[in-house]
Formats: sequence, structure tokens, C-alpha cells
Amino acid sequence: MAPPSLFPDLEPLLARVAKPVQYVGGEVNSVTKEWDGCRVRWVLAYPDAYEIGMSNQGLAILSEVLNSRSDVLAERACAVWPDLAELMREAGIPQFTLDSHRPVAAFDAVGVSLATELGYTNLLEFLDLSGIPIRSRDRGPDHPVVVAGGHCASNPEPLADFLDAVVLGDGEEAVLEITGVLREWKESCHRQGVGRRQDLLRRLADIPGVYVPSCYDVDYAGDGRIRRVVPNEPGVPWRVEKRVVSDLDLWSYPRRPVVPLAEAIHERCAVEIFRGCTRGCRFCQAGMITRPVRERSPEAVCELLAASLAATGIDEAGLLSLSSADYSGIEPLVKELADRYTDQRVSLSLPSTRVDAFNVELAQGLSRSGRRSGLTFAPEGGSERLRRVINKCVSRDDLIKTVAAAYSSGWRQVKLYFMCGLPTETDEDVLEIADLARDVIRTGREVSGRRDIRCTVSIGGFIPKPHTPFQWAAQLGWQATDERLSKLRSIIRDDREVGRAIGFRYHDGRPGLIEGLLARGDRRVGRVIEHAWRSGARFDGWSEWFSFERWERAAEEGLAGSGVDIDWFTTRERSADEVLPWDHLDYGLDRDWLWEDWQDALAETEVGDCRWDPCSGCGVCDRLGVDIQLGAT
Amino acid sequence: MNGRNPGRVFEPPAETWRVRYAKRDRMRWASHRDFQRSLERGVRRAGIPMAFSAGFRPHPKISYAGAVPTGAGSEAEYLELSTAVRIRSAVITSDLDEALPAGFSIMEAFRSTGGSLAERLQASLWEVEVLGLPEEQLGEAVDAFLAAGELPVERITKSGRRIVDARQPVLRFDARFEPDSKPQCAILDLALTHATPSVRATDVLAALWRVSGIGPKRAPRLTRMAQGPLVAGTGSVGDPLAPDRAGFLTPLS
Repeated sequence: MAPPSLFPDLEPLLARVAKPVQYVGGEVNSVTKEWDGCRVRWVLAYPDAYEIGMSNQGLAILSEVLNSRSDVLAERACAVWPDLAELMREAGIPQFTLDSHRPVAAFDAVGVSLATELGYTNLLEFLDLSGIPIRSRDRGPDHPVVVAGGHCASNPEPLADFLDAVVLGDGEEAVLEITGVLREWKESCHRQGVGRRQDLLRRLADIPGVYVPSCYDVDYAGDGRIRRVVPNEPGVPWRVEKRVVSDLDLWSYPRRPVVPLAEAIHERCAVEIFRGCTRGCRFCQAGMITRPVRERSPEAVCELLAASLAATGIDEAGLLSLSSADYSGIEPLVKELADRYTDQRVSLSLPSTRVDAFNVELAQGLSRSGRRSGLTFAPEGGSERLRRVINKCVSRDDLIKTVAAAYSSGWRQVKLYFMCGLPTETDEDVLEIADLARDVIRTGREVSGRRDIRCTVSIGGFIPKPHTPFQWAAQLGWQATDERLSKLRSIIRDDREVGRAIGFRYHDGRPGLIEGLLARGDRRVGRVIEHAWRSGARFDGWSEWFSFERWERAAEEGLAGSGVDIDWFTTRERSADEVLPWDHLDYGLDRDWLWEDWQDALAETEVGDCRWDPCSGCGVCDRLGVDIQLGAT
Repeated sequence: MNGRNPGRVFEPPAETWRVRYAKRDRMRWASHRDFQRSLERGVRRAGIPMAFSAGFRPHPKISYAGAVPTGAGSEAEYLELSTAVRIRSAVITSDLDEALPAGFSIMEAFRSTGGSLAERLQASLWEVEVLGLPEEQLGEAVDAFLAAGELPVERITKSGRRIVDARQPVLRFDARFEPDSKPQCAILDLALTHATPSVRATDVLAALWRVSGIGPKRAPRLTRMAQGPLVAGTGSVGDPLAPDRAGFLTPLS
């Protein structure tokens, strides 16, 4: 029997909350299906605000894959802001889906996209507001199974107590296999008692790429490090290998994307042009865990884009990937799309962090209609030395040539993105950013003949992430990060010649330390997350909601007696022999290759990109039985 | 270098349409900006050959006359849009209507015959659904409101806090009851002139609860039923599209 819509109860509360439209659903292309006609029902949940969740491609893809099956239903849900959550608790209204306002707890499965560690407290809030016990072991056979995916799922250990299962790698195939297991389980042995739930989890653990945390035990050594992670059920694999979809063209991709009613962070029709990246930037988790490169064919890209522009009426198109300028047929593709869409006043964007003149040429090709968004280059490291450490080998001259090309092609403003706190970094490396920015402005003034040239320096604190060569590195403490950057800020500000032409963007370093704790934490960090949530932590990725003091208290309580603390998880360098909490989760990367790459980083030695250079032996293709796929060939 | 920027070439629009639209059901929770984005996308989905503004970032030429506050429904919102070529009215009343999210409805559209639409929108009729207040109390409250000479309420405007008189712009205010409704629901009919600074229907309700000392537990639902020129002495409003409607019926030469 279909559960009734919660909307009539919810609606009277909407007059009392901010941006009520984000809770009403009913968007163009939203999918609703008959409840009774579907045998397996999913909620695809994004544990952050609607405006962020609606721009998430992962959930949009899974929604397409699931809803294209006639007997499967997938509805969307996002975190509700604390103003509404409080009113819902008072009124006894549980967390709802957006499409039909059904209670989340009535579904068979909740698929959660973990895009940022700072959304973990929202996950607990989401489950609790749904009436689902936050701990996996407290859930019964009638509760939905809670499955996570996304980049943070590459170290789900801090959430091990809260998640029933985790999908490693691409979700397209795995989500259907999970659906199959759920259907079988529901139809055979469902409702025969609480003991059966473990049965379901055990069956899920048999699906390749599906990690069930409760099927593993973690032992710790006396010094606080992990001794070993062992399966506690016969037949469960010691290592879980990620899933890789091998031909993107063969898989469903949203052709009629939902058009958000509330303003979303990205208001564009997005088409993923390739998955994976082998540039080998050593800080970049996304590049490491999504290998190898698999391109969609240009024909498929054009066709998908045409379909979704027509179905949505959106006038911006984005060609998405981790480094879109690297698509093998990018020039003909950009020309084709610009020819097709310039007159229709569709603007095209191409997220790319490459620092070269080619990037400027592409951007020019994209902005024929005159709409010019800002141009961003990401040298990431302040000095050439540091850029060799991180394997983003851009020389100072390259950078200056690139910005000269941008300013002489009519751009008045460029944005430069850097990180602070990279391994081996000193004050000098970071202060070089000021010299670079000065040269950028001087060059811009010279080539354009104008004074109104601007450059924004945007800086993020570096956070070491699992499955990268920097997974062993010490994170720089927030005080040291803040100090280094305040020196840089004052040098830029005091520069009388160019200071006013340079914008400086950097926020507080403290959320980064908590992100680092959650990123490289083990199962003991779960208690910290729970304490933080219980003391009110929500929306930690939003500065107005984040409280460092709350997290410090939560860490003291949650880690009491364990002998480890926030610094142990963040600012401590790991040795080669330490068992890392995610070592049993296999993204195809050879551990020795990662360690050598870490040593190469310290030796300031660069490594090539296997799309153009010889294979460096990262292990992915051999171990996972896949290969690089270039779309234009 | 890359050809002329088409946005900078000013093309005069072929015609301007005046449109009445409704905001119903859950779309009452959309803000005016949310509606604008939906409309611009609907216009593209429907393939309407819009005229564009000149400038660096051309926009389809659409102008909005007033807007109900977020949370209120409406049967009578107005906008004007200009097309680059002549079109049939069904392109707007049917194609555009279908391209909008359910809850936003195009009610009618006529070619503009000139004059200012905004100047014709002099007053609004509101329907206010109030739940859970006894019939007599509500009737007495409205009587107390109408008997008052002046009812100052505080409003936050662009220029800061200011006190406005909620009584003066009220032309008509009646309470009626829906005997069959469950739960019991009272309807307030309110005719309000568009004053400057504007007094909103919600300001009138705030004054009503204050002058009577009662108030509903749930926020009442507001719906704008009509908007148009004042019909002198009646507390009623006329059809703001009447001149355009008349022109529309005349055969085009």
C-alpha cells in the first residue's frame, strides 16, 4: 500500500521557513511513479541543501538508471535546513522525498551520495529525521537499507557504524545488482524476523564493489594504529574492488534532467564528457580513484546535450569532467557546439584547471556569443619547486604566457587557484604567490594597455586524502596555515603598485582540519561524528553553521580513552608499514606505486600522464581489467 | 575576430503580448525570482521566438507587473513579453502553458494595444482562508477593523522601518463561511488598493488580529483573485486587459 503524501502536513510549516520552494518538488522533469507498480523503491539522498544536491550528477545518473526500469522507483531527497527540521520534529513529520513527499522510511533503500566529509552530520540528521535508527545494527528488516557512494565512500570507515553498505567506484551497474538482491530478498524471506537483516547485508557483500562494513572487524595495536581489518563472515572478500563502467556510451545518462525550481549552484545542462583523469596531480583524490580515463563519444555528447537543452529550456551547457580541456577531441567538439548554439544564445562552459594557452583558445571558442564567464587557472602550488612536488608542472613562464593570452583576448579578470599546506611547503613557497600575482597584473596591463586588469587569488587549505600519494602526509595545522596566509595577504595588500588589482580569497583553516579528520579517520571517528551531531552539528560545510569548538569537544568525548586525538589523525605523517583504514578498499591503485609516487614527490620528481606518456604502472588497468578509452577514435 | 556579438544588435520586437497567469497549489511557495527562472526556461522549452534586450548579456524581453509575495497564490498575475516575429496566441496560452511546471498556468494572452499595463493595476481582490476560528469571532473582528479610523502597522521597506496605515487602503472586507468545508474554514474577501508605500494583504491581517485580539494557529492561505483598475464606488476591480482584449477581437489588417 502506498504511504500517503506528507505534503498536506508539511505545507502549513512552509510559511515559517526560508526558501520554501526547495521543499515542494513538482519541478519540470521530476519523476513520479505508481508506488504499487514498483517492486523495489529507492530514495536517492543528498545530505546537503537542495541547491547543492540538485547539481549533483551522480544522483541524476543513478536516478536515470533506476527509473528507466518499469518496476523500480527512485525519488530524490535532500537535507532540510534546521529551521524546517525543528518544525517537522515538533509536528511529528518525518523526512520526505521531493517527488511524491513520501516518508523516506517507507522505501526499500536509501542511496546517499557522499561528496564532502563535512556533510556527514547531515547524513545522521537525515536518517534520524526519517525515523531510521542511525546505527546499522539497530535497524530491523522493515527499515530501508542505507547504501553510500561517491568520492568520500573511498574511506567510509568513519561512517562504518551508520552505513549498511558502500558502493566503491561507478554506481551504474552496482545499483541495479543491489536492486536485484533487494527484490529477491523482499520476495523470499522478508518479514521473518530481525535476524534476517544480517542475511540481506551478507548477500549484498557478495556483489562485486559492495562493501558491507559490519562484515569486517578492526583490531587496533597498543600505539593506536590499526593492527588489521578482517572479514568476520565466511566468504566475504578480504579486499573489495571498485566497480568500473567500461563504455559510457552504453549507459543511461539523464536526457531530461530535473529543472530546479530554487536557484541551484550550477544552473546548467551538464554532460559528462569523460570519467577519470590520469594527469597524476598528487593531491587529487578524484583523479586517483576514478581511473582509467573513459571518454564518451563526441556524437553521444552532442546528442545528449541537444536532448537535455530541449527538455529543460536551460541556456547554459557544461561539458563536465575532471579536466575537460584534455578530452581527446575537444577542439572539434567545442567548434561544433559553438556553431550550433551561439545563435540560440546558449552559453557553454568547460571546467578545466589547465594552465596553458590552449585553455584560453578553447574558452574563446566557447564565448563567441559574447558571454564571458571568468577564466580560472589552477597552478595549485605557489613555487615551481612545489609544483614539482604535487606533479602539476607549470613553469612561471607558462603561467605568464597563459594569462597574457587571456588578457590580450579581452578578458579583464582571471582567477588563480592555489593550495596552502602542501607537503614540504615553506613560507617562501607560499609568498611566491604574491610575486606571481604581481607579474600577472603587470603582464595584463602591458598586453591590454589598460589599468582595469584584475586577478583574484583564491586559496584552499590542502587536506591529504585516502588513495592518493599524499595519503601518508601530515596535514598542516590550521594555525600554521592561517599564519602563512596572513603573511601572504599582507604582502599583497601592501603592494602599492598592484595590491588593489589583486583580490585575495581565503577563509578559515579550521573546517579543513575537521575535514581532514573525517577524510582519513577510522571507525573510532564515528563516535566523534555522532557526538558532534548530538550537540547540534549540521551543515558543517556552511561557515555560518560550522563550529570548531563543537567539533573539538566532540573529539574529546568521542575519542576519550582511545589514546588518539584530532592531531593524530590529521597532522601526523604515516609510515609505509602502517595499515591505513582504507587499505582493504581497492581502487585498483597499486600501494607500492602510490608509495613510490609519494617518495618521488619528496624528491621533486614528476610523473607523466599515461594518455600521452608511457604507463607509469599505477596498476588500475591491469588489476581491474580495463583500459583507457578515447572517444574520438 | 569571432564575428559580431548578436546580442549587441538591437532588433525591435515584432509584437508585445500581455499575459495573465496563475500561481497555484504548491507553486505558491515559489518566489518571484523562482517564477522568472521557470518562465524563461518555459519560453525556451516552448520555442517562443523571443525578442532579446540589447547589451552584453542579452535577456529575453519580459516585464513583470508586480508580484504576489512568496506563499500566496494568485489567479491574476500579469506580465508582458515581446517576440521577434508575429506569433499566434496559442503559442503562449497552450505551448508556454504546457512548458511550465504544474501550478504555474497561463490563463490568457492578448497583443498589447499600448498604454501602461502597470497603471491599470490599481487594486487587488484577495481571498483569505482562515482555519479554526469561530464564525462570530471572525465577523466581529472584521467589524472592529472596519470601524477603526486608522490602524498603523510596522513594515520593513527598502528605506528602513516605517509605519503604514493598514485601514486606509482597504476598500472592502467581508467574512463568509464555507459550511461544507472540513476542517471548518472561513473566507475573508478583501479589496485593497495599491498604495505607496504598499500595504500588503498580510499587513491587513496583522492589523486585523491586533485590533480584535484573536488569531489563527495556522497561517491563513492568501490568494489574489483579481487585479485591475478600480471601479469607482464599488470596491471592485475591472479587467486590466480589457483594452487589449478589445483590440484582439478586431481583425488584423
